[in-house]
Amino acid sequence: MIRAAKAILRKDLLLELRTKESVPAMTLFTLTVYVLFHFGLDRDSLDGELASGVLWVTLLLAAVIGVTRLFAAEREQGGIDALLLAPVDRTSLFLAKAGALFLFLSAVELVAVPAFALMLLGPDLGGTLPELIAILLLANLGIAAVGALVAALAAETRARELIVPLLLLPMLVPLLIAGAQATEPFLRQQQGPDDLGRWLGLLTLYDVVFVLLSVAVFDYLLED
Amino acid sequence: MYSKGLKPLSLATVVTLATAMALVFFYAPLDADQGFVQKIFYVHVPMAIVALCGFVAGGVMAIRHLRSGDPSWDMRAYVAIHLSIILGVGVLVTGSIWAKASWGHWWVWDEPVLVSFLVVFLLYCVYYPLRFSIEDPERQARYASVFAIAAGAFVPLNFVAVRLAEAYTHPRVLSQTGGSLPGDMRLTFLVSLLAMALLFVTLWKLELTAKHASMELKKLRRKLNARVAA
Repeated sequence: MIRAAKAILRKDLLLELRTKESVPAMTLFTLTVYVLFHFGLDRDSLDGELASGVLWVTLLLAAVIGVTRLFAAEREQGGIDALLLAPVDRTSLFLAKAGALFLFLSAVELVAVPAFALMLLGPDLGGTLPELIAILLLANLGIAAVGALVAALAAETRARELIVPLLLLPMLVPLLIAGAQATEPFLRQQQGPDDLGRWLGLLTLYDVVFVLLSVAVFDYLLED
Repeated sequence: MYSKGLKPLSLATVVTLATAMALVFFYAPLDADQGFVQKIFYVHVPMAIVALCGFVAGGVMAIRHLRSGDPSWDMRAYVAIHLSIILGVGVLVTGSIWAKASWGHWWVWDEPVLVSFLVVFLLYCVYYPLRFSIEDPERQARYASVFAIAAGAFVPLNFVAVRLAEAYTHPRVLSQTGGSLPGDMRLTFLVSLLAMALLFVTLWKLELTAKHASMELKKLRRKLNARVAA
């Protein structure tokens, strides 16, 4: 199962490296949204709750693009039939797709978060990096699990591009709450962790619930 | 098949509903600081509880559908979610009226239960476009069930998250309903809750019966057409 998942994941990463489709588009999208927020809010620098909200909403919107494109290659080239014909567990397909999404999101954040610090953020991020990375990684895990599930759910529908954002964004509300609240104290003028344990706990709970749930129900998707 | 016991159930619903209304208007005391408007509580809260239970029940039925492969469970889940969404509209409207009357605004963001309910409601609204954009009936049932399970698990998680967020910015005593209600109010509330639950089950059975009947009719028609053509 793990070997099959690794093979599919390698294929997805190779495809992404060759076509450079999802990650650059998602990154470009985050930068555009920062510009939109700059003009929409008419502010040169943000801090505290506003900064945390802008950052997280931008990341989640970028995730929508990634999720919409997650099964694009299979769909357009007809590779999905070959994948389903292959004698591999559906779970390995889920693991591979969630893993790809996780890596895409992390790659996007590698650019998007420093860019946010440069373009919009008032306070300096320097000293809070370990905590910030932990929060982002936990959130990516949750987005990856829910995103792979939603992508598979929407893959067979006619109105795919419509279903993904409508389905994904409400499901990410708990994650947004935990992520934004956990990040907010680090983006203030006086930095310092505030209730960090509670929000990391909520993120972990979210991750556990949706990873287990997605693994459990993924077998029923993408059949025949 | 679904209509078994529908008649006594409907009777029980009518009686309980009438009793609940009578209790609300003639027995339950006026609230000391909110006055008459507080009586919307006996409609709003039972409706919200029944709708949420309906969503979760839809998830449980969806699990049974995926386990057994029996499409009738998908039909049950579909009708349960459908009715819960209708109740959900009622919850949001009555909640808004109550908020306007007691806090002066049509919508308040610092009421965690109302906000979580909105998020859950928005998520479940996607059930229809998802379901009806899949043509193959067997696949439609399967995908709808997967959605129902994921969303059913999402309901409690979302409530925890929103409550944590609100408690964070607005420290307050968490339990306002239930424990602190005086006896006559609590009795009225419980009867209203029972009435709403019975109403839900009756409507659910009725809708299932109607759907089943129209499906049977379609089958018979097809048979008749085939025979006429032959």
